[in-house]
Amino acid sequence: MSAATVRRSDLKFRVSLNLRSVLGRAYPRVIGANREPSWIVFEGILPLLGIAAYVFIYQSFSEAAIAAISAGQCGASACTSPEQQAAFLQAAKANVNALVASVVLGGTMVAFWLNVLWSMASQLYWEKEIGNLQLYMMAPMNRMALLGGMAVGGMFMTSVRAIATLVAGVVVFGVVFQVADPLMLLAVFFVTLVALYGMGMMFASLYLLWGREAWNLSALMEEPIFFSSGFYFPMGGLFRIPGWGSAVALVGSIVPAGLGLDAMRQLTLGPTAFGGQLWVLSALVELEVLVVLAVVFLILARYCLAYLETLAKREGKLTSRHQ
Amino acid sequence: MSYAVETRDLTRIFAGKRKWFRRTKAEAEEDGAGTGPVTALDGVNLRIKEGELFGLLGPNGAGKTTLIKILCTLLLPTSGQAFVAGHDVAKDVFPIRQRINMVSGGETSGYGLLTARENVWMFSQFYGVPSKVAKERVDELMHVFGLWDKRDAKVRMLSSGQRQKMNMVRGFVTDPDILFLDEPTLGLDVNAARTIRDYVMNWVSDKAGKTALLTTHYMAEADEMCDRIAIIDNGRILACDTPENLKKMIRTETTFRLEVDPLRETTAFKALPGVKNFSHKQDATTNRSQLTFILEDEAPVAEILSAISAQGAKVHSLQKSEPTLEDVFISMVGRGFG
Repeated sequence: MSAATVRRSDLKFRVSLNLRSVLGRAYPRVIGANREPSWIVFEGILPLLGIAAYVFIYQSFSEAAIAAISAGQCGASACTSPEQQAAFLQAAKANVNALVASVVLGGTMVAFWLNVLWSMASQLYWEKEIGNLQLYMMAPMNRMALLGGMAVGGMFMTSVRAIATLVAGVVVFGVVFQVADPLMLLAVFFVTLVALYGMGMMFASLYLLWGREAWNLSALMEEPIFFSSGFYFPMGGLFRIPGWGSAVALVGSIVPAGLGLDAMRQLTLGPTAFGGQLWVLSALVELEVLVVLAVVFLILARYCLAYLETLAKREGKLTSRHQ
Repeated sequence: MSYAVETRDLTRIFAGKRKWFRRTKAEAEEDGAGTGPVTALDGVNLRIKEGELFGLLGPNGAGKTTLIKILCTLLLPTSGQAFVAGHDVAKDVFPIRQRINMVSGGETSGYGLLTARENVWMFSQFYGVPSKVAKERVDELMHVFGLWDKRDAKVRMLSSGQRQKMNMVRGFVTDPDILFLDEPTLGLDVNAARTIRDYVMNWVSDKAGKTALLTTHYMAEADEMCDRIAIIDNGRILACDTPENLKKMIRTETTFRLEVDPLRETTAFKALPGVKNFSHKQDATTNRSQLTFILEDEAPVAEILSAISAQGAKVHSLQKSEPTLEDVFISMVGRGFG
């Protein structure tokens, strides 16, 4: 009879093992990444510069419009009454706030998209390079626990950064949000993150086989997605561009941040902002689509990882040549 | 008899990488691409008993690490079978993964922003070790491996030796039944290597049911530590026995070591009558050639000395010695590790 230690493999043990694994893998992101305060400058303050660029452009456009209204020009024709002029002026100012608020919200969500690209999708490749991947893959935990830990840690770490950016954006640019349904807003935010990180988990599996090409793909998906998913402007605007606009917006909608941002903008600015013309779908429908995306991405991540792990074991790609 | 590890005709062939772009032969050789299939393991049959400290001795590229990766469920065999703790590495990985751990020399795993203690704790969580138990074990092992003073230092601030000690702590913290040690003392100073060797030997001998598979190309380390040793070269097991028995295999032969001035030509030595095998190393620090001869008897020594003199080289030392594991290797494959 073997003298080796008896090991448990019952369901209770497996659940506990995987929960511990999620916490273990989330730990470096939750604790380690916030250990050095330099992140406040690099990831809290510096992103404001990108936001500021868009804010100043939108503000300069609006100032021109406000100056024209003040000079008696209401739209294409001259103002017919002081009441009409005041209404146009109020609408113009509301539009400025809505645009700036859209940019601040988009800039906040940029942190999550970058985290998904560089710290989720590319992560397993990076882990392979430093020698962690083989240690993860020979551990008894479920692989989804590994990805789940990365996602939970990433969400927490990025939320801290995103909140810092959001608060700084509100204070610096004087944005006003009007949240009528905070529960719905929280639900949209949470489901958007689950769908977004589910997508990252799926990419992480695919990147496992691609190696260095993964970095190029991540770089390729950065700026174009900022545009197609409407990070710095309401995505519905793309649908109003005849021809290619709708196609680009549809592609952008696959990235959950696109619809998530659209819904969050509706819920923080009111459905009548931008005259109600620039929204893609209603916030509720967008939430439903996001739930579907979240489920699909998580299932795909599960199967991709299982398939690609077997493929990587067959082809010898779980470790680098020097390991 | 229960075997901790058993392999049956285990073969692993790595397919050459596809050539996406036409490249020169030198470029292909440099990155290993387009070089065609490589047979890393060729029909390996091994049985490692539970409670054994088993050594796998071979030069770089012999297939040691490939074998360990298969046993650690990181790589699938091309053909044949491998069993760890009685479970098939290709079909039944969960019970294997619960029972094993691995430490490699020169490993750079972990996260630089975490402390040594946090890093090891993190890895223990992937094995379901309760947090309190894990922390107690980490502290105990950090004392054993002389890392206690550095327990709260960030990993990126550790020296490579301290990092390797942390890796050893990681290997033991999950209380594995079977530990794979892939050149664990690589690059360590004498004291650190001694600490690791002693701990591993005591761990196997004092705790029931613990098995270690050690790969190394330090002959003395394998000789000192291992109950049995398999000599592997080009993916094949050439011999497998206790260090003593392996050395007995060539005890009927005579081993001579010579230190001489650099030689222009050494291939002719092998053809001398009575020379069974021969290896040659150049010592860069002394700028002298170190020759090891495995002879059928002492008769060819005079002829060897005159062949050296014929090249105008001076003999600085000549020593008849007891066979070492390296001599066993030279006797079997006709070359040394160097």
